[in-house]
Amino acid sequence: MLENAYLIMFYPLFAFVMIVFFTRWKEKLSSHLSIGMILLGFIHSVFVMIEMLARHGQSYEKAIPFLTLPNFSLELGIFLDPLTAVMLLVVTIVSSCVQIYSLGYMHGDPRFSRYFSYLSLFTFSMLGLVLANNFFMIFIFWELVGLTSYLLIGFWFEKKSASDAGKKAFITTRIGDLGFIVGILILTAFVGTLNYQQVFERVASGEVSATIVTLAGIFLFCGAVGKSAQFPLHVWLPDAMEGPTPVSALIHAATMVAAGVYMVARGMSLFAGSATASLVIASIGLITSFIAATIALTQNDIKRVLAYSTVSQLGYMIMALGLYGVDYAHGHHSAGYVAGTFHLMTHAFFKALLFLGAGSVIHAVHTNDIQEMGGLSKKMKITATTFFIASLSIAGIFPLSGFWSKDEIVASTQGHPVFMFFTLLIAFMTAFYMFRLCFLTFTGKPRHEEKYHHAHESPKSMTYPLMFLAFLSIFAGWVGLPWLHHGFSSFVFHEEVHHAGPQYILMIVSTIVAVSGIGLAYLVYYKKKISADVIAEKFKPIYTLLYNKYYFDELYDAIIIKPVLGLTNVLWWFDANIIDGLVNFSGWLTVKWADAKQLFDQYVVDGAVNGAGYLMMGLAWLFRYAQNGSLQFYTLIVAAGAIGIVIYKVTPEGFYYYLAGLLIMALSRLLVRSLRTERANSGAKYEG
Amino acid sequence: MMLSYTIFLPMVGFLAILFTPKEKIWTVRWLAAIFSFIPMILSFIITYDYFINSSASSAFAFVEGPFEWIAAINVQYFLGVDGISVPMVFLTGLLSFLSIIASFNIENRVKEYFAFFLLLETGMMGVFCALDFFLFYVFWEVMLVPMYFLIGVWGGPRKEYAAIKFFLYTLFGSIFMLVAILILYFSFDPHTLSIPQLIEQAPMMTRTLQMLCFVFFFIAFAIKVPVWPFHTWLPDAHVEAPTAVSVILAGVLLKMGTYGMLRVSWPMFPEPLRYFSIPIAILGLIGIIYGALVSMAQKDLKKLVAYSSVSHMGYCMLALGAYSSVTAIAGCMFQMVSHGLITGALFLLVGVLYDRAHTREIAAFGGLGVKIPVYTGIMVLFSMASLGLPGMSGFVSEFMVFVGAFGSFKLITALAVLGVVLTAGYMLRMVQRMFLGEFNMAKWGGLTEINTREILTVAPLAVLTVALGVYPSPLSNLMRATLENLVNLMAR
Repeated sequence: MLENAYLIMFYPLFAFVMIVFFTRWKEKLSSHLSIGMILLGFIHSVFVMIEMLARHGQSYEKAIPFLTLPNFSLELGIFLDPLTAVMLLVVTIVSSCVQIYSLGYMHGDPRFSRYFSYLSLFTFSMLGLVLANNFFMIFIFWELVGLTSYLLIGFWFEKKSASDAGKKAFITTRIGDLGFIVGILILTAFVGTLNYQQVFERVASGEVSATIVTLAGIFLFCGAVGKSAQFPLHVWLPDAMEGPTPVSALIHAATMVAAGVYMVARGMSLFAGSATASLVIASIGLITSFIAATIALTQNDIKRVLAYSTVSQLGYMIMALGLYGVDYAHGHHSAGYVAGTFHLMTHAFFKALLFLGAGSVIHAVHTNDIQEMGGLSKKMKITATTFFIASLSIAGIFPLSGFWSKDEIVASTQGHPVFMFFTLLIAFMTAFYMFRLCFLTFTGKPRHEEKYHHAHESPKSMTYPLMFLAFLSIFAGWVGLPWLHHGFSSFVFHEEVHHAGPQYILMIVSTIVAVSGIGLAYLVYYKKKISADVIAEKFKPIYTLLYNKYYFDELYDAIIIKPVLGLTNVLWWFDANIIDGLVNFSGWLTVKWADAKQLFDQYVVDGAVNGAGYLMMGLAWLFRYAQNGSLQFYTLIVAAGAIGIVIYKVTPEGFYYYLAGLLIMALSRLLVRSLRTERANSGAKYEG
Repeated sequence: MMLSYTIFLPMVGFLAILFTPKEKIWTVRWLAAIFSFIPMILSFIITYDYFINSSASSAFAFVEGPFEWIAAINVQYFLGVDGISVPMVFLTGLLSFLSIIASFNIENRVKEYFAFFLLLETGMMGVFCALDFFLFYVFWEVMLVPMYFLIGVWGGPRKEYAAIKFFLYTLFGSIFMLVAILILYFSFDPHTLSIPQLIEQAPMMTRTLQMLCFVFFFIAFAIKVPVWPFHTWLPDAHVEAPTAVSVILAGVLLKMGTYGMLRVSWPMFPEPLRYFSIPIAILGLIGIIYGALVSMAQKDLKKLVAYSSVSHMGYCMLALGAYSSVTAIAGCMFQMVSHGLITGALFLLVGVLYDRAHTREIAAFGGLGVKIPVYTGIMVLFSMASLGLPGMSGFVSEFMVFVGAFGSFKLITALAVLGVVLTAGYMLRMVQRMFLGEFNMAKWGGLTEINTREILTVAPLAVLTVALGVYPSPLSNLMRATLENLVNLMAR
């Protein structure tokens, strides 16, 4: 089953291709094909898990060449270890639930078949990402996950907000991917391979310098910051709820955002090679978690609260993994690695449940605003019950799944007091805002009579997945019970099993924190002993800041989007007027030069030619008098010449006077003559 | 004789069309289709045969000649192909045929149009097969004339301006090339114009002459690529040219610049190449970023695609700067092929929409995804290909360029990666503004879906784009031996 585990990703791809080219006209067939294929993938994943357990977590790898050049080659392959096996199960389970749920939720949508083809493509991408055996391949599927989430978030693309959200998700995550690419480039240039195992070996053996490990780690982590919606690139995730709600469930639970955490866990041997990189990771995780939790306190949109809670929980996981790296770099194994991956799994189930539950509510009341809900538990028993279970789980109440994984997260902060303090604070806020949501939605008096009146429980295709996920939200965490010696922590681990055993003090502390959070929410929103409005009024500036999500969107708009768009216009102007202006100017110059040459040609070159002609004519006019055919004139010249020779012989000076005299005589005669001719000409004119 | 047939069959078609009465429009169309179809099949056979029989070595295949042609100045008829020309011959054969099919809706002066088109194909094929400088130069110039008329007669509102600009700009570059060729010709005794022979000998010239020749060739080729800042003829020519001509411009003509560098000036002048490698890479970087940003500012869809070409050819220049890496040069070749496929398809698609809507203004549309879903799907596919989405050829080429160039230029390459986000930015903005959002029923209610002939013209491009993205090995294996040899020559 391991040899052909690559098939797991191809089942949904097959469904996608079939739907797009052959069955999209038949809605029922399309959706059933999609669900059938993902269920097949799930069954296959179960077998992989069984085999993985049987071989005690020993990894399996298989690859084929993708591109081979001298000194450089790329391959595609699968790498299976316990982490992969767990993720395969999580992805296929959540995807199956979401797809079955969508049968009801998307019923009657004009693009029903297309929706299922996208879901299949999405699942294919995520499974490929999980199965990858090298950084090149994970990047390929990483981008495909980005594409499919773009398509799904913007599925109802007629709505501007939906198409905006899709674009924002794609571009924001791609900004993170810049770092990912640079990280990969650093690996190719300095480590010489992209294969996970080879990279890890070379890092472990010290072949690669510490600076390179740090740089590669931080750059690769940028990718995770984008995908897993970490600060400062978290802004896309809350908007991503514009997609159909089951899609949100898929994105927030098992795909897309899980990709970043998975990548950090997968590359742990690299990240843990640098204490600096690990500390950066842990800090980003904590900051994200804190920011998101505070924002979630004030939001009124049911999906938005859940979205920020996802961001916050992802921050938890990232922080735990980062702290593990810090500890590892200092020479000891801590609970962080197990905590991060364990929480990734449990969170997938209860977060999927929360979103599907929210979808069920929205389906019933046609609003996202919790201020317009209230009292819905009477009308929607299954939805309300499962939603409460998920909320208890995420709040970390014994003995639900979330309790065990959150406990691990708290345990991973041991030795880092600042992290521990904030982790507990965030746990408190989480319990509070989740139960604020629950109480406002399901309990109390209906605040919107008409909507309440129309509310109804959802069809079975929607409630069964809820119940199944509720089951998992309760029990999935039990695989990691601290009393188990062969539980999650001794199955999924990094290098060495870290088995701390039950830590009762931590359990008690975190339970107290969670319960007090819930208690406060109970007092404020159920018993109404404390007025939320009064508190909001009292801390108005903070409330406004949180309500407006710290103004991140506005800030990015002002410092990034607007300047870039402005720059594009400036450059466009520059291109059209300066660069092209130069080209046109040189053309103009050539034309002007040609004009100048034309003048030169006309007056100088041609002038010279004509001038030569005029000169000849003038000379001819002069010399024709030498041959006027008058014998007396010739005799006169001969006589004058003879006299001249005689004078020259006698006195050379006198000769010059003689010549001058001759010349004057000749000229005066010429003058008289020309005057006479002129008079004759003008006379002729008068006569004419 | 395979290459000669491929080159001159379109010429035969050109003559045949000249002897056809101009009223017989369909005869002309089918003649053009047949005389571009056979060369396309021949180009496929050449590619296949080269891949099977000759790709193991870097020697030229299908060699014809050298036959004596003009003995007095030692001009020879000398043809041959290797790993860098075979993909170009393939691309030329394919795109020419597809463009001719896509031109069947031309109604104005049909006879002249197809005659010029076939003449153009002869010129393009010739450039990629010629191994003698005289022949190379002749084909290079032969292309200009039909191109000039194709833009100038069948183009858009500013066709005359665009045609003259294209013609003069390219001619300006060619003159430098001619001078460089003459310098090479007179530098050796006995005089020769054989490109392979000059590649052997040229490094023996004095440094100054080498530098001069390199720069002259660079100007000629850079204008064609076009390398920033020689690019401004491109948006005008692309926008004004009729659809099929834009396809050829983007798909084949631009590649002649980079092909010329790889075939001629890079291996011929290794020393100047070393000297100029950083500036060349920087020009590539500027092209990538600048082209993408200017693209983002465009309001005309065709102009957006045109500027995206500037950006995408920047990747080729970045790779060419990193001449010592086989990966980079292979990335450059991949990018040439992939850009030809993707941008060719984008221009075809722009034409499809323009034929129906008679406008290309992005802001005039919106929500077209509702009305024409198949067209939208294909357009989104190619937009994704253009922004380098994995699974399609653009990703493979960009990735190879990055990996190859990173070895030589850390910072420049890291900055060039920014292009990936900017490309996503303008492509997605375009997709959103045209195809998503609310549909204007009153204005575009009559818009019809892409028809079968149009789908058939882009389908082969889509298949190849995906095939190269999923399974690039055949192309890289085809080029490998040649590229290794080239890199050795360039690193002399």
